[in-house]
Amino acid sequence: MGHFQENIQLKDPVKGILCEKAMGRYFCNENELNSSWDHILCAFWQRYPNPFSAHVLTEDVLFRELTPDNCLLSRRLFTKTNLLPRWAERVFPSHLNKSVFIVEDSVVDPETHTLTTHTHNINHTRFMTVVERCVFQRDKERPSWTLISREAWISSGVFGLSRAIQKFGLSRFKSNQLKSMKGLVYALSKLHTESFPPRVHGDPPVQESPPPNTASTQKPQQYS
Amino acid sequence: MNSVGEGCTDLKREYDQCFNRWFAEKFLKGDRSGDPCTEMFKKYQHCVQKAIKEKDIPIDGVEFMGPNKDKPGG
Repeated sequence: MGHFQENIQLKDPVKGILCEKAMGRYFCNENELNSSWDHILCAFWQRYPNPFSAHVLTEDVLFRELTPDNCLLSRRLFTKTNLLPRWAERVFPSHLNKSVFIVEDSVVDPETHTLTTHTHNINHTRFMTVVERCVFQRDKERPSWTLISREAWISSGVFGLSRAIQKFGLSRFKSNQLKSMKGLVYALSKLHTESFPPRVHGDPPVQESPPPNTASTQKPQQYS
Repeated sequence: MNSVGEGCTDLKREYDQCFNRWFAEKFLKGDRSGDPCTEMFKKYQHCVQKAIKEKDIPIDGVEFMGPNKDKPGG
């Protein structure tokens, strides 16, 4: 595919392969960011709010533990707006105006330079369940790059409508995961600006990264 | 970001700030000299767990790193 050979700068971070299987219930893609794993992890915890996260209403940490083998386990709870499609609002009036609660579990392994996340909704689950698994890993060949692989499973238990709901769920997931990547890149550039304000003895090679409000927010979507 | 418990946001931000500093300056650098944020986390949890109960958020029994497939839908 050659998608790992492309020199993608921070300005144009979201590129990857896209695969869909099983009647729109499975999604996966791979991205790479020209940013170190350490920086990406710092940004990961601080990515909200950002200009692409209007649908994220609240964020909490519910659990955090350092294991004896130095892995950091975390559980976060998010509230997101529930944007049902119009047709579903008519079919499921009881779901109207209810937020979606989302749990994001994660394991940071500093030995293998891997962050694995597992995210899913814990209400509206009969209508639709979206489970996402994401792995952020330092590129072994290029340590200043990070590879991000994402998989999602979308299912619905609504008899007779599950295919339509899954189709809707997949399309919303695609647009949200793109927002999530853009939000992460925004958080990265914000952190970078905070840690390295422009100075004479700064780090010239990294000056490629845009200020928070420029290129990364205006790039056209790759797929949606 | 705001906390799901309206009254917990200040406690959350205080904790987040402590955690983010610890994560960047200690954890990622391999320094395992203890967690300075424990007390803040306890106070924040006291608040947010109460809010979760009040709002009836179905978090109980959700398996870590696994989907709760067997749980009846909400």
